[in-house]
Amino acid sequence: MKIAFGSINPGPALKCIVSGVRVSAAQRGILIAMLIFTLMFVVYGWKQAAGLTPNMINTAANKGALLALVAMAQTLPILTRGLDLSVGAIFVLSNCLASSVVVGGPVATTLGIILVLLVGLLCGSINGVIIVYGRLQPLIATLAMSAVYFGVSLAIRPQPGGSVNFELADFMTQSTFAIPHTALLLLLVVVLIWIPYRRSVLGRASFAIGSSEQAAYMSGIPIDRAKILAYALSGLLAAIAGILLTAITYSGAAKISIANEYTLNSIGAVVIGGTSLFGGMGSAIGSIFGAFVMRTVGDLLIVFDINPVLQPLFVGIVLLVAVSLGSLRVLRIKNKLDIYR
Amino acid sequence: MSSTGVIARQFDRATIIAFACIVILLLVGAAEEPAFLSPKYLLQQLHTAAFLGVVATGVMLVILLGHIDLSIPWTIGVGGMMATGATGFLGPEWGITLAVPFGILCGALIGAVNGLGVAYLRAPAMIFTLGMNAVAQGLMVYHTGGFAPQDRATEFMRELAVGHLFPGIPNPLLIWIIMGGVVMFMLNRTTLGRQIYAIGTQERAVFLSGVDTRKVVMICFVISGACAAATGVLLAGWANRSYQAMGDPYLLPTIAAIILGGTNVLGGRGKYVGTVAGVILITILQSMLSVVQPQRYFAQLGIDIPADTFRQVVFGVVIIGMLLIYGRQQLVR
Repeated sequence: MKIAFGSINPGPALKCIVSGVRVSAAQRGILIAMLIFTLMFVVYGWKQAAGLTPNMINTAANKGALLALVAMAQTLPILTRGLDLSVGAIFVLSNCLASSVVVGGPVATTLGIILVLLVGLLCGSINGVIIVYGRLQPLIATLAMSAVYFGVSLAIRPQPGGSVNFELADFMTQSTFAIPHTALLLLLVVVLIWIPYRRSVLGRASFAIGSSEQAAYMSGIPIDRAKILAYALSGLLAAIAGILLTAITYSGAAKISIANEYTLNSIGAVVIGGTSLFGGMGSAIGSIFGAFVMRTVGDLLIVFDINPVLQPLFVGIVLLVAVSLGSLRVLRIKNKLDIYR
Repeated sequence: MSSTGVIARQFDRATIIAFACIVILLLVGAAEEPAFLSPKYLLQQLHTAAFLGVVATGVMLVILLGHIDLSIPWTIGVGGMMATGATGFLGPEWGITLAVPFGILCGALIGAVNGLGVAYLRAPAMIFTLGMNAVAQGLMVYHTGGFAPQDRATEFMRELAVGHLFPGIPNPLLIWIIMGGVVMFMLNRTTLGRQIYAIGTQERAVFLSGVDTRKVVMICFVISGACAAATGVLLAGWANRSYQAMGDPYLLPTIAAIILGGTNVLGGRGKYVGTVAGVILITILQSMLSVVQPQRYFAQLGIDIPADTFRQVVFGVVIIGMLLIYGRQQLVR
């Protein structure tokens, strides 16, 4: 048991060798996503007339970090073989809430941030409880709950507007010595949330559930708690993203298009980041790079002078290609019966 | 087999609960406003329900297979916008005549790509159709951004959406009735129908029985795309024009109507009558919320809440609540 879970990947032992170092499939996913991102970003910087200025890197990091956080939020349920179609709605809800409460002096701002984070955690926990104890399909449950969360965000902010603690907002979106603070925020989230979660009993349990829920149950793994924790943390991460959005835009807006866009792109980022949609294999770190890949697609459209309204088209195509590449295994299957469930 | 037995088998528990909810909703509404029980109001509701019913018909087939089609919002958009913009592709003469089939064909094409991805590439339907939705959106944005397309509905589309071929029955309702009849016959009385249910239960077993299951999956996705596009055509006729986000409010209601009608999300189980009940239930619920206007009560208390909040929250809560009553999965342990 300890050996199987001690390595990064408890899923099928897909190992490949890169320059003598053995890496798991999840690590390979991260590496590929990093590689694609680096390539795309180099092309972007090279095509850019002014070259890569710290200012530009900062803007790119801010945009990427938003999606990266939502994508991390999406990763946790997907690892348990679930899905969270409400991450976009929780993200928007936190944005609307933060634009009302993250204001005023340092004490009020801190309390406001804690409130937003708690609300995110609560939304995620509601998802988890409904899915675990209500025994509903994650897809339907989170789709229905996303309507509820979006309705609440409309009630908080019927018209776009609101405000934010400007000092905090500027601090969050600036960079020091060309290192964007949002990148540090991502690092902080990885170190404080993802790695402890990944190493905790419930975190490892969620990987086991994703691989085979029945086997996990037979091994006495706390399935219910692990699933609820995955959805709750997902809500928390989406709320962090919501606060960041408020810091970037200085305001809140309840727009269904934003919620839908982020939900869609988060799934795309998770897929590009090498996380299996069938659960049990992957990493939130991969999703971060997946998110940056998705964002750089948009930036590349601009430098190559392609109409930016075409962005959804390219994002959709990237998603379709990523999913289809994953299905190349169909070609390798020798026994035709294995194709069918 | 007696004919009453055949009819009785169409009504499972979920269908009966859904129909009961419709009656209760109407009675509660009538206590507040007697007009809720007038034939005029009910016919009007059925007219509105037909738009949802047509798209739900196609999506139900996909759900029966154990897959899902999340590309319906923009497939509806494609149907409407391609039908109204057909003159730009087919010339002014053919564009008017063939507007409706052209719109539906474009929807069927999107369905075909979905089918290709899901059936042949074995990509997860949820993600693939979500990606297809974005692609359809991108194409439509390009379509409207590149040049100014014709967005007016043709005379025929208008007639389809608001006219009455038979006095008393609006055309969309007639279309839904015919379509529903065909699909019910298909599901209950043909090989294809049996195969759809069987694939939803276990595709591997159906494959071993010598059925080309991939073809069946493909057919269902094509039908789903065509149905969504047909709804788009009807909606464009109804509003007399097409616009970009016309399909956006339809994703959740469509899936909700099917699930509330007792169709199993994992496939293999569900009756078309249930979907009919679900569609009517959702439509009446939406109508009630806009008539009763719960935000007025809150406004009296000094709390200003937009009407859309109630629509969204009540919608989500009702779906979760009803699913908790009869949509729970078995514990597989």
